[in-house]
Amino acid sequence: MPLSTAAGATASATMGTTVASAGDHPGFLSPSGVEIAFLLVGLVTLGAAVITVTTRQLVHAALWLVVALGGLAVEYLLLTAEFIAWVQVLIYVGSVVVLLLFGLMLTRAPIGRSPDADSGNRWVALGVAAAAATALVWVVVDAFRTTWIDLDGPAQGSTEVTGAFLFRNWVLPFEALSVLLLAALVGAIVLSRKHDTDTTVRPGPSGSPRSPGPSGSSGPSGKEERS
Amino acid sequence: MHLAYPAVLAALLFCVGLYGVLARRNAILVLMSVELMLNAVNLNLVAFDVWLRDTLHSGQALTLFTIAIAAAEIGIGLAIVLAVYRNRGTSAIDRLRDTAETDAAETLPDDAGTGPSGTDAAPNGDTTTATGRPGDNAGKNKKAEATR
Repeated sequence: MPLSTAAGATASATMGTTVASAGDHPGFLSPSGVEIAFLLVGLVTLGAAVITVTTRQLVHAALWLVVALGGLAVEYLLLTAEFIAWVQVLIYVGSVVVLLLFGLMLTRAPIGRSPDADSGNRWVALGVAAAAATALVWVVVDAFRTTWIDLDGPAQGSTEVTGAFLFRNWVLPFEALSVLLLAALVGAIVLSRKHDTDTTVRPGPSGSPRSPGPSGSSGPSGKEERS
Repeated sequence: MHLAYPAVLAALLFCVGLYGVLARRNAILVLMSVELMLNAVNLNLVAFDVWLRDTLHSGQALTLFTIAIAAAEIGIGLAIVLAVYRNRGTSAIDRLRDTAETDAAETLPDDAGTGPSGTDAAPNGDTTTATGRPGDNAGKNKKAEATR
């Protein structure tokens, strides 16, 4: 097994990882500053992601998602992809999390702890996720243990470079993407519009529409009329 | 920088999102977990693009496209969740069992004592049929209601 080549390295205990050192390459067992920063921000990101999927307070889950996505933006900055980092901050932290918070409020999510945030198949999900994490980390570490990213030189994701490759090589998919955004906009409007045929009560007890349910008899429909 | 750092972080983030998708009950929390999975893929794309020094920068272009598609997905997903909440009064995804095939699957596990009166009570005061029938006939009544 190639992981056993790390046994000879004397400093492997300092990193506490099982990744083998290539020997002639610089730096994994004496990590550079960028790697240390990446590792620390990655730990924060991973912890925030774990809290996001395990917390019982739904609004806190959205706020921890902000931490996770912001940490990923910092990781993009460390990988010299500056434009993508700021797009990440703008779109994810700026709009997607706000949309999620609006969705939580419009569906009347409980503010405090909700005891039923996790469904019954929680342990099955934990098993599946642990198995997938083990397999993926093993394969990825085994495949890329002697691979190094060269971060020197000009930044590969600055705004100038991004504009050049996006509007020189990728302009047709870019325009197609605008059509997709327009379709998503129209679709969201159509889905959230109040249909006239749904509001009129059909005659007879069998064809009548469903009640809004146990969480409030006039809550969702009344809210929807105001909005 | 060693390539294993972003690759391992992306794999772990993906698996955290996978756990969230499988274990969460609220539909909006499931959407948050989907966002985590998409971000893990984005990190992989950026890291491998920077490693390969691609002249076309395919990874970063695909990352931008993925971010835009994720924004569209979250908009459509929230519209669907709000429509479901408006019609059903809940956004818990394990209570939406109308397309389940068997009758046993349509009786919710936590409605065993109270009967199905919460989910399909008629709004026009027809509560006697809704609360009076036993729980194991709920699926048949619901299917008969659907076929009329």
